[in-house]
Amino acid sequence: MSDLNLDKLPGGFKGMSEDIGSDQTTFKGVNWGKAMMWIFLLSDTFVFSCFLVAYMKVRASVVEPWPYPSEVFALEMMGVPVPLLLIAIMTFVLITSSGTMALAVKYGYEKNRKMCGWFVLLTAIGGLTFVGMQAFEWSKLIFHDGVRPWANPFGAEQFGAFFFMITGFHGTHVSIGVIFLFIFARKVFRGDFDTGRRGYFTTMKSDYVAIEILGLYWHFVDLVWVFIFAFFYLW
Amino acid sequence: MSDELNINKKRKNQIKTKSSAASGRGETDIDYVRPAELPEQDLYHGHSFITKWIFCQDAKVIGVQYTLTAVFTGVVGLILSWMMRMQLGFPDLFPFLTAETYYQMVTMHGMIMVVYLLTALFLGGFGNYLIPLMVGARDMVFPYVNMISFWMFFVAVVVLMASFFVPGGPTGSGWTLYPPQAILEGTPGSGYGILLMLISLSLFVIGFTMGGLNYVITILQARTRGMSLMRMPLTIWGIFTATVLALLAFPALLVSSIMMTLDKVLETSFFMPTIIKAGEALSYDGGSPILFQHLFWFFGHPEVYIVALPAFGIVSDLISVHSRKNIFGYRMMVWAIVGIGALSFFVWAHHMYVSGMSPWFGFFFATTTLIIAVPTALKVYNWILTLWRGNIRINTVMLFCLGFIVTFVNGGITGIFLGNVAVDVPLSDTYFVIAHFHMVMGIAPLMVIFGAIYHWFPLVTGRLMDEKLGKWHFWVTFLGAYSIYFPMHYLGFIGVPRRYFEMYDSPYMTSAVGMNEFISVAAFIVGAAQFIFFYNLVKSLRLGKPAGKNPWKANSLEWLTPDVPPTHGNWGEKLPVVHRWAYDYGVPGAKEDYIPQTTAPSEVKDAEVEKT
Repeated sequence: MSDLNLDKLPGGFKGMSEDIGSDQTTFKGVNWGKAMMWIFLLSDTFVFSCFLVAYMKVRASVVEPWPYPSEVFALEMMGVPVPLLLIAIMTFVLITSSGTMALAVKYGYEKNRKMCGWFVLLTAIGGLTFVGMQAFEWSKLIFHDGVRPWANPFGAEQFGAFFFMITGFHGTHVSIGVIFLFIFARKVFRGDFDTGRRGYFTTMKSDYVAIEILGLYWHFVDLVWVFIFAFFYLW
Repeated sequence: MSDELNINKKRKNQIKTKSSAASGRGETDIDYVRPAELPEQDLYHGHSFITKWIFCQDAKVIGVQYTLTAVFTGVVGLILSWMMRMQLGFPDLFPFLTAETYYQMVTMHGMIMVVYLLTALFLGGFGNYLIPLMVGARDMVFPYVNMISFWMFFVAVVVLMASFFVPGGPTGSGWTLYPPQAILEGTPGSGYGILLMLISLSLFVIGFTMGGLNYVITILQARTRGMSLMRMPLTIWGIFTATVLALLAFPALLVSSIMMTLDKVLETSFFMPTIIKAGEALSYDGGSPILFQHLFWFFGHPEVYIVALPAFGIVSDLISVHSRKNIFGYRMMVWAIVGIGALSFFVWAHHMYVSGMSPWFGFFFATTTLIIAVPTALKVYNWILTLWRGNIRINTVMLFCLGFIVTFVNGGITGIFLGNVAVDVPLSDTYFVIAHFHMVMGIAPLMVIFGAIYHWFPLVTGRLMDEKLGKWHFWVTFLGAYSIYFPMHYLGFIGVPRRYFEMYDSPYMTSAVGMNEFISVAAFIVGAAQFIFFYNLVKSLRLGKPAGKNPWKANSLEWLTPDVPPTHGNWGEKLPVVHRWAYDYGVPGAKEDYIPQTTAPSEVKDAEVEKT
């Protein structure tokens, strides 16, 4: 960003129209990777929207009764079924990991290598915990309650199909995020982002902005979970 | 607010003082271009055969790889169409053509042509080659991801082609893959065939997303100095808008593919209703086949414009260059492209008028469909007004452009018939529909592709293609394609249904038999004519006339590279600086009849250029 002073650019609507009308970049001062992640997330939003809209459509049109989520997703605690207990903990863990990710980004921009690394690692552990609990939830539903993608004892068979597909797709997103978080934690601790070490595959220089880009993805995955949580567990 | 205004004023003053200091004169420097915002792009230079030509990160090589792969699948699609025409024109002449193989060919032909040829060629091929060159970048912004994108596409093609060789053969459910029949026993290829198709489509979407992100960010964030959005060639606008559409529409295809794969493999019932077969209920229960249609066409209709918009953009540039005139109504053209792109997300259910949805829903979609004709018609008028009193070169490129306009108008008008519910219902599923979409999104974009290849071949290879062979190729293709699709409108009116393997002794046959034979013969000739084109390609590659720099005297940046053909990094030492739009042809007062985009205003002081 050699000659661009972001503070001098006009703000507001005029600033926006001037940016769109300008040469070189449309989003002034926005890193390529960051812009790419935003657009990818827009595309991914459409993927999850299609899943959720399909789910709503089928749930509205099936003739068999839809299983009652607070009963299906209840855990026995000391002989009393507590509805949505596990899900509440999972949601809490995931949202917390968003907080730690935000801190990692902050420390990254301060070039505080150690703190940034620890918070990325903490986020990864939070994500891993979430995936672990999801695996527990799945195994309880499959082995204990007998829910299958093609049938379940509670009612409409699409319940299981949509549940496993949507949470599975989201879980895959979380797992991919966790893998990248672990890789990035190692890169941070090794000092890649301070020395600008070149990536093994891409041969491009590392920069702390990568932490923010990964953070964008991670917050998105959390946000999607909020919608899945609302539409699947609370509806 | 007042603060902002002050900052603005200050900024303008700064620009003035800065520029006047640079020019050494008291007045504003008319050649002033804002300083560079971005550092030089870091590029990986290939050093071995594998990193230079196979796993290459250069967008130009990737573009050629995409083009060759897409053309290969296109040839497969062409051969399939030949076999279909053999059966339709001369039923039972070839014993290997059974009803099952016929349906498999219909399906594979459709999917190959729409997705693996046209989408991949326009966005992957032309997009990769032209975007960095036309916006003045050294390469795509993520060359590594771009490389993966091509290889993902390659694997998708391999998986698709593999379905020809699995037990049961490729899927025969029609290119729309409608459930429940697509995955039920009795439909050809309902075992491995449909599975490989769905996997291949998913891979295609993943690969395309990687490429598409590259195209969008390169256009938005990596333009060269002076290249504002409203100075970009329309080719780039078309590819850009189409890529945005693809990034938003392909998710629906991915989701429907995943759901149908699960219906097939795990016997879930997303799309599968209760089905009784031979008196016994299958394990499916309560799914919604219409849901698939909505998801598919939410992808499928934008897909039409994913193919059409790059064609619109490219043809605008070709017409402007070869009629030596600026494009008529550039801004209108840009907004038409953007408007068509936005509207294309609100018309999908016009493919579903006969699916049994509410007539009110159909009314809504008929309205939006007819509205989308407005910006499209604007574009046609603008092309014609660009030609109006231009200094037209009747070469192969221009012939293909004119062919495009004619076929596109023809296909567009039949589209207005089919967009109306009341007219569509009797015409639905007849040859009228086949004629319509082959005219509008088969022949018309192909005309542009051929024109574009004749136009940019000298840039890619440094040699011109043979004009004489090119003209033969054009006339046989154009007249032949008309002989194929024009009679099909009539077949549609008399009610010949599409997708039928044979007409048997139905009453239509008396008048349709001769016509079907005629169409088939025309199809064989047109198909064969394409081999003139391939011969021309190979011949010109080695023996073509050396093109030199900028053989068409074009303005846009891709012709202004220091090396022809451009090398990795495109621009040598210094990035180009852009001072104008790409359409300064035949400007009054200028010495030459064209002013390249990099020409500074002070160099052409007397030219009466439009302000851009």
